Amino acid sequence: MMRYALRRFLGAIPTLFVIITLAFFMMRAAPGGPFDSERRLPPEVERNVKAAYNLDKPLAQQYLIYLGKLAQGDLGPSYKNKDFTVTQLIGTGLPVSARLGLTAMALALLLGSFLGICAALRQNKWQDYSVMSVAMLGITIPTFVTAPILTLVFGIYGITLFGHDLSLPVGGWNGGAWRNMILPVIVLALPQTAIVARMMRGSMVEVLRANYIRTARAKGLAVGRIVLSHALRAAALPLVSYLGPALAAILTGSLVVEQIFGLPGIGRYFVQGALNRDYTLVLGVVICYASLIIALNFLADMMVAWLDPRVRLT
Amino acid sequence: MSALLEITDFNVHFALADGDVHAVKNASLTIQEGECLGVVGESGSGKSQLFLAAFGLLAANGRATGSVKYRGEEILGASPERLNTLRGSGVTMIFQDPLTSLTPHLKVGAQITEALMLHRKISRAEAQVRARDMLDYVRIPESARRLRQYPHELSGGMRQRVMIAMATITGPDLIIADEPTTALDVTVQAQILEILRALKNEKQTAIAMVSHDMGVIAGLADRVQVMRHGEIVESGNADEIFYAPKHDYTRLLLAAIPKADETPPPATAIGAPLLAVEELKVSFPVKDKGLFGKTRQLRAVDGISFSLHQGETLGVVGESGCGKSTLARAVLQLLPKSQGRVVWLGRDLDAHADIRKLREEFQIVFQDPLASLDPRMPIGLSIAEPLKALEPHLPRETVRGRARAIMQRVGLDPAWINRYPHELSGGQNQRVGLARAMIVGPKMLVCDEAVSALDVSIQAQIVELIRDLQKETGLALIFISHDLSVVRRLSHRVMVLYLGRVVELAPSAMLYTNPRHPYTRALLSAVLSPDPRAERAKKRELLTGDLPSPLDPRAQLTFLKSRLGEPDYRPKLEQVATGHWVAEHD
Repeated sequence: MMRYALRRFLGAIPTLFVIITLAFFMMRAAPGGPFDSERRLPPEVERNVKAAYNLDKPLAQQYLIYLGKLAQGDLGPSYKNKDFTVTQLIGTGLPVSARLGLTAMALALLLGSFLGICAALRQNKWQDYSVMSVAMLGITIPTFVTAPILTLVFGIYGITLFGHDLSLPVGGWNGGAWRNMILPVIVLALPQTAIVARMMRGSMVEVLRANYIRTARAKGLAVGRIVLSHALRAAALPLVSYLGPALAAILTGSLVVEQIFGLPGIGRYFVQGALNRDYTLVLGVVICYASLIIALNFLADMMVAWLDPRVRLT
Repeated sequence: MSALLEITDFNVHFALADGDVHAVKNASLTIQEGECLGVVGESGSGKSQLFLAAFGLLAANGRATGSVKYRGEEILGASPERLNTLRGSGVTMIFQDPLTSLTPHLKVGAQITEALMLHRKISRAEAQVRARDMLDYVRIPESARRLRQYPHELSGGMRQRVMIAMATITGPDLIIADEPTTALDVTVQAQILEILRALKNEKQTAIAMVSHDMGVIAGLADRVQVMRHGEIVESGNADEIFYAPKHDYTRLLLAAIPKADETPPPATAIGAPLLAVEELKVSFPVKDKGLFGKTRQLRAVDGISFSLHQGETLGVVGESGCGKSTLARAVLQLLPKSQGRVVWLGRDLDAHADIRKLREEFQIVFQDPLASLDPRMPIGLSIAEPLKALEPHLPRETVRGRARAIMQRVGLDPAWINRYPHELSGGQNQRVGLARAMIVGPKMLVCDEAVSALDVSIQAQIVELIRDLQKETGLALIFISHDLSVVRRLSHRVMVLYLGRVVELAPSAMLYTNPRHPYTRALLSAVLSPDPRAERAKKRELLTGDLPSPLDPRAQLTFLKSRLGEPDYRPKLEQVATGHWVAEHD
């Protein structure tokens, strides 16, 4: 197992290297640069600025300088967000995104699995059909529709139930107060819940037809016990493979949700950095995302091996 | 006193997309305490559904009507809670295919103790002790260690023993054994039946033995019921059914079982052999577990030599893992060999630049007929494909004509040319497999367990077809099977394999009447015959336990203990009579 982990870790290094190289040169292939703006800088000023950031050197040399700094753990300064290094920006943005994402994913997993199992146990009955149609809605309605609607209902109109004011803040991080997290988490979790429910229903229906479930029934076990100890682990397998990449995507932030709710997450840096040609910021975010994907896929594989003892990690 | 189980006017319907299927029709049966009832029928006869439905294990689209009385209590339509207390406690079940019938991610111990803790309300520690005793009872060695293993870490025979342990541990009154030995090797089958016999005799457990094989139930059943198309067509004492069958279908089932005296006469070997295999070896690298696991060679085929003449059938028998399929594939160059020579018509196959051209001359038919066909290809195309690939210049019309002709020949309606494999039965699909192999007019055909997955009566038809094809075309056959009786029906000579080596090679008549090697004898004594009196009286030379691992270099010396000191020694073949070769043994 240690050997497997070590090999996966070593195997990730060349992958990361290729990703960094590709991202570096593709960024540079895009026309324009970080200091192009409406109002052109005087040539000498521009030359000085570029020299300060080593942008006047040949591209190959810049690449080597970047790699050298990276090896020391330095992601470089942000070109646009003056006085901030990329490490600082990611360091403040990632925890926000991660907290939102993890909460949303946990909610989606619990609720989605529960709904999926219920649907599978009532296959082709009304419970099944209603869960699946709601799930289909959840997948098809984009977050930029659900977010404003929820904002309107809970934030602008406000809801009062039995004398309790149920209105919620519709924006801002507020130091991570839970009331501020409710709406963004729900918006993030909705489509994921739907996907998880559909996947769980599909694989659970399949597993419930397996011969060993028949054996478990022949032993006289009650339905709940059969689902929990005989079916769930096998049914969770496809879900785990999906969760790795999905979690990476949601952890690195969702631009739409962060923009709508005005949250200081990492998602916006992707778009801002790319639009502004903030080379170091984009590369930093790409590295962060790629590392997360690699790490989470590794975790997913370990999880699969734990769920199914027949899988041998080699 | 009322019967243990009494089923009357029992019907099972399934609602399918294309209509209602009446799977069990007006079935009635009784099982007394401590009695063994054999239920025989082919696949699809409703024999399994009958018992599943009786205890509330029907699929969601199934519906059961009638009456099922357990000790006088009506249980059909009883509450799930009542059924749950009955299942696993009073009535337990053993299913076919123990690998898929055990939960893959739970340890064997947890699965065995589960029902015990649920129904008998005892502590986990006590349940563990009982589970160990139970594993000892079903003769699983190293029981303490086995409890901590997962099902996939056990052999097929051991898994089925775990199933039996699971079904026996709560001390049920009735065990329903649904094809408990199907797909197991003959020697393992004999061991499993021995355990079931012990359960019946020592613990007075009633057994409902469901099987398609008359031989399996012959030695165990007190009474027999024969099912066909959902109906019970004949029932009676075992002796009546076996020795004086009244219904035509029962007679047909009995006739389909290969008889002991059916052996084709030895073929006259004329001229040079078609195929000569010399010291063939195939090994696979196997990696040990752990950080510094070294790679060892698993010698699947470990030096096998034989020859085959035109029109001759060589039977190859042995248990799973003996290398018979690997041998077939290596001979046909479908697998790379490690050492040795395969000579085809006097020429070393290695010397041929393009082996693909030669494929026209030797073909193979595989075991699982459905899985071996492309599910998305109409059978006509599957049949014609080898011809199109090997003789691309043939005009379309000729190919189509020959496909139709060969379909006709193997007993398929040429009008089915556009049907898909899933629309055909197992026997029909195997006919497709045969047609696919025969369309190019091969000189040699390898049948790798070609009839093993088929019902007995279908098996007999396919064997007959193969024999006719051989008569017409002078085909040489290599017929691989774990079933000694089927091999006997067809083969001129028989080769017995044990862990990748030949232990005995002899003309059929000689091998079956005068087996010399202890392994051959054990195999033969494990063969079941549809003769209850003989089966009950039979003293078996049972091999104990499982096959040793082929990775163990000393495994080859199981029958030559005196040479155990030299682990690299390989038993030599000695000729004991003309054409009768036996490996050295103690």
